[in-house]
Amino acid sequence: MAKVIVVTSGKGGVGKTTSTAALGAALAQTGQKVAVVDFDVGLRNLDLVMGAERRVVFDLINVVQGIAKLPQALIRDKRLETLWLLPASQTRDKDALTEEGVGNVIQEMRGKFDWVICDSPAGIERGATLAMRFADAAVIVTNPEVSSVRDSDRIIGLLDSKTEKAEKGQRIEKHILITRYDAQRAARGEMLTIEDVLEILSTPLLGIIPESEEVLRASNIGSPVTLNNTASAPARAYLDAARRLKGDDVPMSIPSDRKGLFDKLFGRRAA
Amino acid sequence: MAFVLAPSAPLSAWLAEVDKWSRNSPDFFVGRAIILDLAGVALSQSGISELLEMLAERGIRVMGLEGAHPDQLGPSLPPLLKGGRPTAGFEAAAPASSANTRAAATAGPAQRQEPTSLLIETPIRSGQSIIFPYGDVTVLGAVSSGAEVVAGGSIHVYGALRGRAMAGSMGNARARIFCSKNEAELISIDGYYRTAEEMDASLRNRPAQCWLQDSVLSIAALD
Repeated sequence: MAKVIVVTSGKGGVGKTTSTAALGAALAQTGQKVAVVDFDVGLRNLDLVMGAERRVVFDLINVVQGIAKLPQALIRDKRLETLWLLPASQTRDKDALTEEGVGNVIQEMRGKFDWVICDSPAGIERGATLAMRFADAAVIVTNPEVSSVRDSDRIIGLLDSKTEKAEKGQRIEKHILITRYDAQRAARGEMLTIEDVLEILSTPLLGIIPESEEVLRASNIGSPVTLNNTASAPARAYLDAARRLKGDDVPMSIPSDRKGLFDKLFGRRAA
Repeated sequence: MAFVLAPSAPLSAWLAEVDKWSRNSPDFFVGRAIILDLAGVALSQSGISELLEMLAERGIRVMGLEGAHPDQLGPSLPPLLKGGRPTAGFEAAAPASSANTRAAATAGPAQRQEPTSLLIETPIRSGQSIIFPYGDVTVLGAVSSGAEVVAGGSIHVYGALRGRAMAGSMGNARARIFCSKNEAELISIDGYYRTAEEMDASLRNRPAQCWLQDSVLSIAALD
């Protein structure tokens, strides 16, 4: 049975899609069967980040509506044979998603994969609530910045009340993934520190992804950052986060590309 | 325990206030026995019927009437009651001075106690709203920015208070707000409020209590 994870944030542009692709590829590299699902109907991007945009035939909406079967819509990654993508529709809108339809698709995927990772759209509307609805666990992507943190807090509230698990009285597992972290700027007080973010959200930390040019470079060539350059700082951070998601005990650190004296002196490790 | 509603003239303004209250706490009237005190308005029998209808539309069930003359009533109206004791009410029941409380405590046999406090063990997240008109609210975690706690009594927050806290919401000037870290966006007691901008910077980010003194909302550090 697959573990269903929603990657969510409330706020847009914090790195949900990048993180979905990176974590999906990282888990698939360990031989696990992984599906990444794009819930951002109308504004799909996961296909681009995965480099599969030219192979999309059917999409999530088609499967939800019964026009296509799940295996027809799933796109197998060319680099990792245990990694699959279920793209969103770019032409439809979110109202085409029904709770029952999404529930059926997720249920079918549970039997086929080890991990189902749902890339939530920004906001708290239908697309976002349906993306989290059937999740067993959530990865809340947060930038070290006040508006992102408050939106994440709002999303945590929704995860604890509006998901199927929460309505059954169970607790949904939640993890904070801090992205675009810049140790130097945090040290100068220009960003919230890791401690600030965790104190406000009072939720366990999954990983800290450093701000890096490598992320944009990987996106532009359609490759998850954990596949493009596994030695890069963000790739190592995502690989560590994926291991923590699997339950491994990995000490928390902030990988760095720079080897300057500054990094040796400041903020290499989080509390 | 019944709840007394006391309409005042003009009725339209009073109803607007009821609507505002219901909007703020939608479930407030659900399943409650309501007594309508008509002493503040002069209504004919048909006027009373109309008012009852308007309240029924709002989901408010009136079980009995008070403060009306028997002549005003007909068989279709709820029974006339006497000697009902107003509970902490919508119309801001008499301020609980100590003499008053003692009198109330000794008057009549003890009634079945409704819960008078609410304990919340989880953090209150942005966008969430806790409304408890019956008494004190205690929050063990933090109240996030964009979250709110509304209590009829006092509010105690053992984490950081970053959102809004409104104590004495039913008209209780003796209600207080306590928090272990004051980063509140807004605090309010008995309708008097103060925003973060109006708070002294020296009172921020530390334990604090807020109370009402001669209609002025005061804040003091607790450490």
